[in-house]
Parts: sequence; structure tokens; C-alpha cells
Amino acid sequence: MAELTFQDIVKEENLVYKKTSLLTDKALSYCPGCGHGTAHRILMEVIDEMGYQDKTVGVAPVGCSVLAYEFMNIDMQQAAHGRAPALGTAIKRIMPNHFVFTYQGDGDLAAIGTAETIHAINRGENILIVFINNGIYGMTGGQMAPTTLPNMKASTCPFGRDVSIMGNPLRITELIANLPGAYYVTRQAVHTPNNVRKAKKALKKAFEYQMNVKKGTCFVEIVSNCNSGWKMTPVQANKWMEDNMFPYYPLGDIKVPE
Amino acid sequence: MAKELRLMKGNEAIAEAAIRAGADAYFGYPITPQSEVLEYLMGEKPYEKTGMVVLQAESEVAAINMVYGGASCGRKVMTSSSSPGISLKQEGISYMAGAELPGLILNVVRGGPGLGTIQPSQSDYNQAVKGGGHGDYKLVVLAPASVQEMYDFVEKGFELSFKYRTPTMILSDGVIGQMMEKVELSEYKPRWTHEEVVKMHPWATTGKTADRERNIITSLNLQSDVQEEHNLKLQAKYKKMEEDVMFEEVMCDDAEYLFVAFGSSARICQKAIQNAREKGIKVGLLRPITLSPFPSVIIRKYADKVKGMLSVEMNAGQMVHDIKLAVEGKTKVEYYGRMGGIIPIPSDIVKALETKLIGG
Amino acid sequence: MTEEIIIAGFGGQGVLSMGKILAYSGIMQDQEVSWMPSYGPEMRGGTANVTVILSDDRISSPILNEYDTAILLNQQSMDKFEATVKKGGTLLYDPNGIIKHPSRKDINIYQVEGAEEAAKMESTKTFNMIVLGAYLKLKPIVIMENVIKGLKKSLPSRHHHLVPLNEKAITRGMEVVKTIQTV
Repeated sequence: MAELTFQDIVKEENLVYKKTSLLTDKALSYCPGCGHGTAHRILMEVIDEMGYQDKTVGVAPVGCSVLAYEFMNIDMQQAAHGRAPALGTAIKRIMPNHFVFTYQGDGDLAAIGTAETIHAINRGENILIVFINNGIYGMTGGQMAPTTLPNMKASTCPFGRDVSIMGNPLRITELIANLPGAYYVTRQAVHTPNNVRKAKKALKKAFEYQMNVKKGTCFVEIVSNCNSGWKMTPVQANKWMEDNMFPYYPLGDIKVPE
Repeated sequence: MAKELRLMKGNEAIAEAAIRAGADAYFGYPITPQSEVLEYLMGEKPYEKTGMVVLQAESEVAAINMVYGGASCGRKVMTSSSSPGISLKQEGISYMAGAELPGLILNVVRGGPGLGTIQPSQSDYNQAVKGGGHGDYKLVVLAPASVQEMYDFVEKGFELSFKYRTPTMILSDGVIGQMMEKVELSEYKPRWTHEEVVKMHPWATTGKTADRERNIITSLNLQSDVQEEHNLKLQAKYKKMEEDVMFEEVMCDDAEYLFVAFGSSARICQKAIQNAREKGIKVGLLRPITLSPFPSVIIRKYADKVKGMLSVEMNAGQMVHDIKLAVEGKTKVEYYGRMGGIIPIPSDIVKALETKLIGG
Repeated sequence: MTEEIIIAGFGGQGVLSMGKILAYSGIMQDQEVSWMPSYGPEMRGGTANVTVILSDDRISSPILNEYDTAILLNQQSMDKFEATVKKGGTLLYDPNGIIKHPSRKDINIYQVEGAEEAAKMESTKTFNMIVLGAYLKLKPIVIMENVIKGLKKSLPSRHHHLVPLNEKAITRGMEVVKTIQTV
């Protein structure tokens, strides 16, 4: 039997997986090992599979994913720090048949944007909020986030987060799950193939709920790593995330439709 | 068809005009003296009549960012507030200017700084005409002097903001917002359909179709050379805005002196003109209607004709500096004004004219 | 014709709505009008005032420091606005609750027992229309037909059944207005 050549491998019938056309060819600006790339991919795959590219508007935050619009091949708006849910509110109310999502990090969503997050969800805005929680400010160079764990080091808490001085990490996802406007709230991860599959399933559900059920906000948190900010290798960072982040931010559904 | 006339407050006229101009959304937050805008809209339920969205936001910050979101979709979106609330909106306004978004912002100015007073003022002049937020930018700034102009400037404001893709501010004050006058209402204009928006505003985030590249609304340029190019483009646009300058001349033909005033100050100056002319003083009024672009050319023209100009303002003297720049030293320019929510009275304005320019 | 009026009294006396009805009547008569209230916390139970201008010409300032007519309905308003009536102008007041009556010799002064007449009509809400009637007797700048039209325009339609009662009150005010001094 002749050996398979590269050309053979990339033949359509031999492909088991390919990049969705809803991701651009631009090289991701994220650090190797970062979860953002995977989160981008599964979100775009869901929109692609639903055939909704022409009816989707996304909102990018301020933070590492400020340039999400460079990678997502859909119409996008870039919001001021923390204000993405306000933009999403207006977009969805003006174009109610479009699929609208915001993509935000922990500083954006759970610190400066807390008011917008809570009130958009409390109004039950029929949008999807994707929340990437890596417990640190990545873009500005590893400062303490509202979700930084107790005793975890960051550049603005170099001796570890002292909760007696700096307060406790904010479990904003549990907080917003209590709001009547929240329809579906779940916490996922994307560091293993199994978790990626589950997270994508959650995003797909959120899409269905927004477009067909229309009963409130869907909120998908993805607990992620930040190996640069945490000063670890990607492998170490994933292990550390499992050992430290998951106990504080346990994975699974928090609020599901009755 | 007979004219439809109504006695309305300035704030109510803004709201009615928005519905009739085919506005797509209003996002606001209550603050005195402009809460009637949101109250009126909620009472009229335009979402049932024209499909216009009306929403009370959780803050002024959220409201302006909702405007950003809606404007990015190529829609006619507006907000309103008063001074302290407008300060909160400045970040969003700067982002809108940077992202080249249209949109309408009403400021019913009250006295400041800080929480200040709820009484009328014009102390946000500099904030409105010099940008207001961070970065090099300008707004179109319209200064209504009557309830009818409050009404008319909604449609005008949207028109200019889409023409230049820059936010328009209607700079009003507690007098114009709270007083009632006769308003001639216009016909209802239908809201743009989605298809019309897609055709008219190819830059808008309406959903990426196969026939075009994706649309991105952002004010971010990480490279300095790209940002500078963007800055130059914005500045060229602001220069072009001068073709839409608007002003009104009242009894200027034989005037030896000129009041320069906008908004409610200009109304009071018209009474002062009557009083002054009874005393034999030939004074007229030059009223800037657009504060940005500023009517520098016509002011420069009058600088050769009159013996002096008095800038009458409800602030510590802000517009007076723009007048001084415009006259290029060709005539004397003085300021008279009151602050803190106190409205200048016609007799004091005439006295200021006599002491600062005629006697001085 | 230009008529510059200040109406001042307690919040709740119907000062602002009386001004509004007068302004609307002016519109019905093809006049230019303006209505400028005091606003803010003082409205809540304190004093309220409104400047109303009716004119055949474009109105200059909606805010004034002297008036052709002052309609003053409590002592605070009397203290504040008596001096602002133009020489030869008109001051109309309700003597109910007035301790210091107007003392100027260079203006026309009239009284209307608005509160008392409203009590007689068994409807305190007619108070401001009685006062309006008294004013219109002194200064017939708008005709009754247009006042009724203005009244209808400024009242929500669910209150239109009150129009006849208000009309009666206006007529009553015209009858009971009393001259104190003319110059």
C-alpha cells in the first residue's frame, strides 16, 4: 500500500475536521495555551452550523479579547470597558431577529461592568453573554481581577490576594443566576476535548434558547487559564486551574430552564 | 392640511419630534430638568405605534452605550440628560466619535460644577463644543432658542449626525426644556426598514452577508501611524462641517453694537435690544445656532462694522473666547453673564453694554 | 398686543394649569405664547409661579423682571412680585390670607374672592378658573370661545365633562372681580 501523501490527507473525503469559515485567517494574538482561541472557535462553529452568519452581531470587550473582531468573521462592535451588555441590549431590541452575544473577560464583566451585567440580565435581555474567567487581567499584564483566588499572586497583589484587605473573589455567575431575567446559566471549561464538547453543547443550547425560546439572558462562563499571567507553562496552568479554580468555580449548570 | 399646533414643553417637543422623525430608539435615565423626555415617551408608547424602542437604562453610562450599540446598527438612536449625567456620558461620546457613529444627545444644561443646581445654565458650553471627553474630536452642537427649535433640531440633528457620522448634541438649558410654547408638528416619517439601513449605511453591523466583508465598529487602532491617519480623517471631516454653520441675525443692519448669545440668553437679549433701542442705542443680536461649527466667518465680518460685541452667557464667560478668536482683534469683545442658575435680566444686560462697551 | 403676566401662589392652587389654559387660549386666537414655570423642589407644596406671555408678535424673552399684570394668590407672592408690576400695570389678588395688602399708588389694583367663591360653588378646584375669569374681565385679550377651546386642549379628554363647571367658574370670576384702585 502506497503511503498517504499530504495531498491525500487534505482531500475532502479524508477530512474529519476543519476550521470554520467564521474564523478569519488572521493568526490569533493570544498566548499559546490560552483558552480564548478554543472558546472563539466553538462559538463560531455554533453560529456556522446554525447558518446565522448574516444574522449575528457580536460585541467585543476591553481586555485580551478586545481584538476578537479580528478573528471572528461576523459583524462586530467593540465596546467601552464593561459596557458590552448595554450595547447588546440595544442591538437585540432594535434587531430582535438577530443573534446577539457579548464576549467578556472577568475584569470587564465582573468589575467595571458589574452594573451593566446585572441590569441587562435582570431585564432579561434576550442575548448570550460569554464570560471568560481566568482570574486575572491578562492584557494589562497580570493584575488582580475580581475573580482572583485567595492567596493567588498577581502584579497588584504580589504577595497573594489577602482577602482581609482586598476582599473575596466574586462568584458573579452564582450571583446573576438568582436574577429572574437569567434563563440559562452554566459554567464550563475548554482545556480538554471532553470539556470543549460540553462547552460547545452549552453554547448551542444558549443559541436555541435565544432564537426560539426568547425567555431571558443566557450566560455561559468558561473558566480558563492564563499561563502568562499565572507565570506557568500551559500544562502547569491547566493543572493549577483544575486544582485551584475548579473548587472555587465548580463546573456545571447553575440554572437550567424548568 | 391644517397645521397641527400644540402647546408643549421643550422636553416634550424633543420626545414628540423623535417619534415623528422615525427614531429607532431612545435610551435615558432620569435627571432634573429633563426627565419629561423619558416620561413623555413612555406615556406615548411609540413601541406600539412605530416600533421605536424606549428604555430607562440603569445609568447614564449604560444609556450612552446603548446608543453606541444601536447607532452601530445604522439606526437613529438618541439619549438625553442634564449636566452631571452628560459628564457621565462623555466616555461613550468619545468612543462614538472615535468609531464614527451618528447619534443624538440632548443636554438640558443646569448649573455646576458638581451636583450644582437644577436651575438653568449654559456652563457646559466648553464641554459641548471642545469635544467633552478624551481625544481630539468634535460634535455637531445645535443650540435651540425656542420650543419649536427643540422640535426641529431632532430631525436636523439626526440628519447632520448621519451626514458626518459624528454625534450631534442639542445644547439646551432648563429654560428651553421647561417652558411651553406653540409648536407646529410635522408629519410622521416612517422608520427606516432593515433593507433601507443595509443599503444606506453599508458600514453598519447589520449581519455579515456573502456579498461583503464583515463590518467592525471600533475606535481602537493599536498602531500610532494608523491612529494618526484616523485623526487626520476626523479633522478633515470637522473642517467640512463648516458648510453647515447656522446663525440668526436680529436687527443687525444698522447695529453699532452686537450682542452675541445663544439659546435662552439670546431670547433675553432680544428683550434687551428693545429696551436699548428705546434709549437710542443701536444694538443687534448675532445668535449662533450651531455652536460647533462656530459661526466665526460672520462674526469676523461684523467685527469690521460694529464698535464692540458683548457676549451674554449663563456661565463665567466661555463662548466669549471663541468670539475673541473670530474677531481677530478688530473690535472690542466683552462678556456679561450670570452663573449658578441665575438668569440675566434685560435691564442688567443693557447696563453691561453701557458700562463695558459704550462708556468704556 | 403683548401681555406679560406673572401668576404666583401656593403649589396646588392651580397656578401652572391656569397659565397653561391661558396660553392655549392664546394659540386658539392665533397669538404667539410662552409659559415659563418656576421648577424644582419648591414646587412640592411651596410657592409656584409661572410667566405667561401672549403676543401678536414673536416673543423675545420668556423670562421677565417686570410685568403688565401680576396675579398674586398668597402673601409670599405679594411680597415678591408687587414691585415687579410695570407702572400703570395691573395687580389682581385674592385677599384670602393676605395680611399686607398692596400699597403701590401707580398701578391698578383689583381683588377677586376666589377661595370664597370656590367654596360657594362647592368645588375648590374651580378656584383658578374663578381667578382666570376675573383676569379676563379686566383684560379681555382672548375671547370666551377660545378660552373654552384652550381649556379642552389642556385637559385630558377624560376630564372634558368638567368643562361646563369651569366655564361657570370663569363667568363667576368675571362677575365678582372688584376694583380697589385705578390710575
